[in-house]
Amino acid sequence: MSRHGYSGAALIEVLHTAQELFGYLSPALLKTIAHKLKLPPSRVLGVATFYHFFSLKPKGEHTFVVCIGTACYVAGGFGLVEKLEHRCAKAGHTTEDGKVSVETARCIGSCGLAPAVIYDGNVLARVTPEALNKELDKIGVK
Amino acid sequence: MNAEDLREKQSEELARQQGLENRIYCCTAAGCISCGSDGVRQALAAEVDVKGLKGKVEVCGTGCMGLCSRGPLVLDSAKKKLYGNVTAADAPAIVSGQNHAGVAPATLAERSINLESPFFTRQTKIVLGNSGRVDPEKLADCIAAGGYQSLAKALEDMQPRDVIEEVRKSGLRGRGGAGYPTGLKWGLVAKQPAQTKYVVCNADEGDPGAFMDRSVLEGDPHRVLEGMAIAGYAVGAQQGYIYVRGEYGLAIQRLQNAIKQAEREHLLGNRILEQGFQFRIDLRIGAGAFVCGEETALIASIEGKRGQPRQRPPYPPASGLWGQPTLINNVETFANIPPIVEKGGEWFASIGTASSKGTKVFALAGKIANTGLIEVPMGMTLREILFDIGGGIPGKKFKAAQTGGPSGGCIPEQFLDTPVDYESLAKIGSIMGSGGLIVMDETSCMVDVARFFMEFCMDESCGKCIPCRAGTVQMHDILHRITTGEASPADLEMLKNLCTLLRETSLCGLGQTAPNPVVSTLKYFPEEYEAHIRERRCPSGQCKFAPEGQEVHA
Repeated sequence: MSRHGYSGAALIEVLHTAQELFGYLSPALLKTIAHKLKLPPSRVLGVATFYHFFSLKPKGEHTFVVCIGTACYVAGGFGLVEKLEHRCAKAGHTTEDGKVSVETARCIGSCGLAPAVIYDGNVLARVTPEALNKELDKIGVK
Repeated sequence: MNAEDLREKQSEELARQQGLENRIYCCTAAGCISCGSDGVRQALAAEVDVKGLKGKVEVCGTGCMGLCSRGPLVLDSAKKKLYGNVTAADAPAIVSGQNHAGVAPATLAERSINLESPFFTRQTKIVLGNSGRVDPEKLADCIAAGGYQSLAKALEDMQPRDVIEEVRKSGLRGRGGAGYPTGLKWGLVAKQPAQTKYVVCNADEGDPGAFMDRSVLEGDPHRVLEGMAIAGYAVGAQQGYIYVRGEYGLAIQRLQNAIKQAEREHLLGNRILEQGFQFRIDLRIGAGAFVCGEETALIASIEGKRGQPRQRPPYPPASGLWGQPTLINNVETFANIPPIVEKGGEWFASIGTASSKGTKVFALAGKIANTGLIEVPMGMTLREILFDIGGGIPGKKFKAAQTGGPSGGCIPEQFLDTPVDYESLAKIGSIMGSGGLIVMDETSCMVDVARFFMEFCMDESCGKCIPCRAGTVQMHDILHRITTGEASPADLEMLKNLCTLLRETSLCGLGQTAPNPVVSTLKYFPEEYEAHIRERRCPSGQCKFAPEGQEVHA
């Protein structure tokens, strides 16, 4: 925060850094940020909930982000979402044991590789439901 | 560094590169990296070390080479051979292959890609001129390729108004989609008497199916920085911001690196090239909101607020970031600036059509043989782009091409010979957009495509104005009912009315253009809607209907 001079205009940068450090934005964390940047807490929560990138809930050990941009949609991205929803959790949620989070993204810009999935930060190209099955087996999802 | 040093540095680096026996280029754009090009690059470099070729052969990572569907790509510059689907195991063959003048081993030769194929020969590269030819992480490489020479020229030999005049003469229009004449916009900002002005680069490339801006930023970040600095000089701004999507990690990292390098060499910052001009560029990372591509929403987001658009006018050239005059252009627009300053506006205006000058970068995706990044002169027909360059549709029949993302329309087969420029696309109900071009074959259901885009707009509506907030929900609801076979003919009428309503009453571009995919599919594929509603049948077999008799929901 000091890097940005505790300026309210840097709120989004601060939220980015906070999420990187803590994994998600807890209510206590948001309150601290509001206090330090001298912003009303409502403004901080408003910004945090407006942008898809910020997560207010803790994430699972592994994260699958399925791209459902147009190219991936045409190439069968929804089939992958269905597979993950079937085996893990609904899109936007985490399994009860905290192992896997399933998310969707609106185009990750890897349309040449559709359908694409970001698995723990790495882009997997031309993913099939079978390939997903294999990855899930590897990390021991039932 | 002053302009003299810059030229010296360029010739030095060029001489060094010419002294090498070979340079092996390995594509390290996001697409190829996700196919494992990092490993290929390391294996190539290790192989050069093992063979004791250091100082003779150089391996460099580059930006996007275009043919993403065949990644990872490696280019042998001495033999002018491009290899596709390269693995780390190919490294010895590629490195040693060039010592012996003979041909590459058979397996590799099979994967060599013909550089004389239409995919390469039909393109005209201005914006992507350096992409795939320079290492985006090395400033010296960019300088050798002519980087920052245009900035030096502008600062040394041109007045700000000359720069604007050159841009005006070039006929360059905004590449973000709407096509506003760039020279005119620059002139508006330059005219403002305010002391503090800003230059903003819109790199919030949110259209699903578009990855041009990302590739430009990853492949040649210095060109965008140079274009922005020239813009800053022309309009009298000292501060620039690049608003880049949070999803583009690699682009962010390369931009940060490029800004640091440029500042160290006095190509950005105070006293640029030892002249009296100063210009700083800072990055602002987006957080996943499509609407932030709209200029007033983007400004709100840079200010640290929710990215909601506001009423225009006042337009940003009059009152933008923190109430100051602000110039906002897209990545590709800025990337066009250095060549225009270097070669002159008339040269640029000689390319393209009467109303749309220059080239356009497209991201080819969907059901097409060659997916990837291409740059073609304005006015080329869709048929040439899709079938000559794109290589056609493997095994199926063409149904529609979608341009402009969720704000664009679907173009059916009868318009394939339409030249691609701003006006012609608008005439057939689509838009140029930022350059996503997605191809659909006969297995895609057009109603479902329309539903897909409406779902996108519904999710991404910022919620500020009611037509967009509530209208997108209603339209999505109707489209959903159509694709599940629960719609009545009255729903179709309602859908048409909503299209007009949203278009005419929404606050910003998102809501105004949200009906476009519906309008264009209704116009060109009415029989598909009819089949869904009257016959409960999906001609492409995509939609799953509830069994007969169960569709009645009270």
